[in-house]
Amino acid sequence: MSINLNVQSVSAKPVEKCSTKLRTEHVDLYYGSFQALRNVTLDVLSCAITAIIGPSGCGKSSLLRLFNRMNDLIPGARVKGNVELDGTPIYDSRIDVAELRKRVGMVFQKPNPFPMSVFENVAYGPRRHGVKNRAQLEEIVERSLRQAALWEEVKDKLGQSALALSGGQQQRLCIARVLAVEPEVILMDEPCSALDPIATLKIEDLMRGLSQDYTIIIVTHNMQQAARVSDIAAFMMMEPDRAGVLVEYGPTAQIFTNPKDRRTEDYITGRFG
Amino acid sequence: MATAIFNSRRISQATAFTFLGLATAITVLPVLFIIIYTITEGSGAINWEFLTQFPSQAGRAGGILPAIIGTFYLMLGTLLFALPIGVLAGIYLTEYARDNWLTRLINLAIANLAGVPSIVFGLFGLSVFVLAFNFGLSLLAASLTLAAQALAMVITTSREAILAVPREYREGSLAIGVTKWQTVRHIVLPQALPGIITGSVLAISRAAGETAPILVTGAAFVLPRLPQSPFDQFMALPYHLYTVAAHVPNMPREMMWGAALVLLVVVLSFDSLAAAIRIKTRQRR
Repeated sequence: MSINLNVQSVSAKPVEKCSTKLRTEHVDLYYGSFQALRNVTLDVLSCAITAIIGPSGCGKSSLLRLFNRMNDLIPGARVKGNVELDGTPIYDSRIDVAELRKRVGMVFQKPNPFPMSVFENVAYGPRRHGVKNRAQLEEIVERSLRQAALWEEVKDKLGQSALALSGGQQQRLCIARVLAVEPEVILMDEPCSALDPIATLKIEDLMRGLSQDYTIIIVTHNMQQAARVSDIAAFMMMEPDRAGVLVEYGPTAQIFTNPKDRRTEDYITGRFG
Repeated sequence: MATAIFNSRRISQATAFTFLGLATAITVLPVLFIIIYTITEGSGAINWEFLTQFPSQAGRAGGILPAIIGTFYLMLGTLLFALPIGVLAGIYLTEYARDNWLTRLINLAIANLAGVPSIVFGLFGLSVFVLAFNFGLSLLAASLTLAAQALAMVITTSREAILAVPREYREGSLAIGVTKWQTVRHIVLPQALPGIITGSVLAISRAAGETAPILVTGAAFVLPRLPQSPFDQFMALPYHLYTVAAHVPNMPREMMWGAALVLLVVVLSFDSLAAAIRIKTRQRR
């Protein structure tokens, strides 16, 4: 679905910074013989937070995992059509998937800090990407934790196990872990669904701050969250054979107040789903 | 009427519990009996001389030092060969092998490898390591034979330990552009290590008690000196026990059971080591 919107109306940022960061063209995704996505076409803008919404099982996470090729981990997963990052097809056989995922990081539904110290969790990515210098690592860790609004809470317990942190802190730690490898895009798969409302608000504030520098795509079940946090929304649904399709795509304000598609309106107003 | 039903249900419950308890007792009692019997019969033989001297008069006098040393060498050799190969194969089968008929066949073969009778492993070791590789009757050939037998268990427990590492950790690592191998090396293996070690230690302690595989690959009844190289023959506790029990007339009972007690202590202490590792790592989480 080509995006036809006045960017200035959805984002405070200047238009010239805004460009198509990710693009899918007529993408079909299969898990074995099951079709999970059908003919999905959309442009994701670099300057915005894009929310993917829709009922359970409609392929939101599958669409999200298309962008960093996490679907590759599922045996039997096949992609047809084109997915591009900055105009480069990412399903090309010459693409280094690790390099792609460094640029397109991901935060998961359930906070998944590694069973190591807070410091080591954040330093993990940079270390694997070749940073050995201790001072440099310390600098990256502090910067990433500050960016993730976690530094003040953990600066005195960097050596403690990350598993001792609260759920909300763990999720921000996972965001810091992603930020530490300096990605361009951050994919968030229902990042607040395991968190309480206060921790959720902190993550949402954090996302707003990060959207200045990163392209963010969030999958959420929570309509209010999509309305609060996103600039652009993609509404998905399941077809009768359970394949996910993109129903409507546009500025969040428009999707929520003046949806063009009847199905979107039904879902938004809570008539089903 | 109501009371009768109530009673019959009570009776059937009591009967069931009795049989279940009985079955458990039947399993536990022989183990206890063996341990207690071995201790009472054998502890009288245990003294400094018994543990540090060479045997004399075909094992009727002296000590069992070379058999103890030989068994430790065997365990070391088995560990050296079975651990790296088993762990690496376990990693390959869980992390890299595609789930197809070949992989399933290999997994099936490994599961069945554990059920191959140990004397068959012995004959395999004899024809391959002793004869074909020309290692002769030796520590090396016997260690390799025991390692081949222990391999199945090391691979199986490694696979289980690796599979038990939560998928979330792998995804968290892969999702920030860390390669598969780096993820295995820095996330999966450290997490799986306690399980791998526990399983391997158990496999080694089981190998330490084997008689048949070493019988035909290098164990000797009496040797004048300790093995000086991996190509020497050796003495070992299980084989020593077998010979003094079956082939030495007028063998003092106490010395026979003394050797059995030493073997039991070696094996059980390894098993407790495995249990300790498991408990320790469980507490840490």
